[in-house]
Amino acid sequence: MREKRNIKGWGFIGPGLLWTIAFFAVPLLIMAAYSLFQRVGGRIVTDLSLSNYLAFFSKPHHLNALVNSLEVTLITTIISIILAYPLAYILAFRVPPRWQRIALMMAILPFWTSYVVRSYSWLLVLSSNGVISNVLQWLGIVENPISLANSRTATILGFVHFFTMLLTLTIFANLVQISPNYRKAAADLGASRWQTFWRITLPLSIPGVMVGAFLTIVLALGDYITPQILGGFREVLLPQAIMLQVQRLADFPMASAMSLVLMAVISVIFLLFSRWLKIERM
Amino acid sequence: MLRSVLKNLPATVYVALVYLFIFMPVAVLVLFSFQDSLLPIPPFQGPSLRWYTAIFTDFRIMHALWNSLMVAVVSSVLSCLLGFLAAYGLARYRVRGSGAVQWLLVAPLSVSYLIIGMGLLVTFKTMGIPKSLLAVIIGHVVINLPLAFAIIYSQMGEHQANIERAARDLGAAEWQVLLLITLPLLWPALMASFFLSFTLSWDEFIIALLVSRFDVTLPVEIWSLLRSGLNPKTNAVGSVVFFVSIILVIITEILVFGRRKSK
Repeated sequence: MREKRNIKGWGFIGPGLLWTIAFFAVPLLIMAAYSLFQRVGGRIVTDLSLSNYLAFFSKPHHLNALVNSLEVTLITTIISIILAYPLAYILAFRVPPRWQRIALMMAILPFWTSYVVRSYSWLLVLSSNGVISNVLQWLGIVENPISLANSRTATILGFVHFFTMLLTLTIFANLVQISPNYRKAAADLGASRWQTFWRITLPLSIPGVMVGAFLTIVLALGDYITPQILGGFREVLLPQAIMLQVQRLADFPMASAMSLVLMAVISVIFLLFSRWLKIERM
Repeated sequence: MLRSVLKNLPATVYVALVYLFIFMPVAVLVLFSFQDSLLPIPPFQGPSLRWYTAIFTDFRIMHALWNSLMVAVVSSVLSCLLGFLAAYGLARYRVRGSGAVQWLLVAPLSVSYLIIGMGLLVTFKTMGIPKSLLAVIIGHVVINLPLAFAIIYSQMGEHQANIERAARDLGAAEWQVLLLITLPLLWPALMASFFLSFTLSWDEFIIALLVSRFDVTLPVEIWSLLRSGLNPKTNAVGSVVFFVSIILVIITEILVFGRRKSK
């Protein structure tokens, strides 16, 4: 009986499992194999070697892409937390409960627009004939049109816009779960509002910050659209460098090696954050 | 009164500024989709619907829109079906190695779309499978199956297992239990999975760019529109996508959270 039930269970699990193996696990293995090949004179040579990885870590223009990605991601994450935390705090503790839901929905509404379109929207605001340049000229602050697009600043601005919304969500969700009794007890024991915040609320909300920060780092590191539309080619981030290998050079072995480097970096970050990422079953 | 206003003033100003920051690009996008001149930049002239007329009569854009809807529906249905079956199998049968199976099923969630797309690209290349919308559907099931599985699995509690057992005791066959008991009980979770998958597939760009060529989805078509620089046509397409997404979110909200509230 046990055996039979076991087999039946596999019948249900099988299709989804096979799909994941065939189109996720196997492709990663094929990509790993590809990363050990080389592209020589327009042909792919299947001699196994680590030359792509050696090239990545020894040539400055490859390595710089990784360094740029890490820098942009770090700056983005810090600014987003600084912007999102007060907003989540005000929404959680200052806004009356019946308005909370609608206020939160409003705060993340643009979250649901198309990712490509969202970056393009920033281009409308930042380009030399865009909104900011026009307003600054009208106010007489600058004389000639200025362009903020095609720069690291623009990439970071686009990222911060998206991830402020994401972090507001995770921090808000954490703040409303903290029992109000802790804060009441602190107040009863004579703590000032600041002391209550620094010693009670902030430490208890760290998990929400960390989950949001993790998602921010992983999504920002892997994103091609925002740096490509807003940052341009003046400074290339790792996903842009990977796409350059695919689209311009058709060097799939190198692109595979760079993708696996990206995956390794994300795995390390996952391990660093893992103590905050325990998934609970309902 | 004045004191409470003054006390709340910094918070109010802060919230207003952050909301301004969050809404500015979308507001500019939608406003200048009604622009009556050739560039979506100040000063605003209009309102005019000429760019909406332009996109709804543009064969390429309409074709891409149709492709996007088709890919989203097919990949979401497949994700929900496979996710539901896997969740049922894991929750209701004792299976050896179920921990590893669960881990593998949700593993794609921790890998960037770019890497999943690259993997599929080199795999299809090796096997000689041409770039197509079918390849996009395959990729979108890979990213949405883990979500559908996780959402449905989390809702398969003991309570439902008891009702299923009762139905079996009363003589229902396996397929009857599945169709008449389990599916209706899980309807909210299935709908949530479907609309979440739909929204993510509808918006997915990098996998679609990597594994499709002539027939493309809407985000990829918008991407090629961007080459022409700032263009009110792009604003109009973007606004349409925005409104469709908002409608999807509202439907999900009503279906999933509306139900939970009424319980």
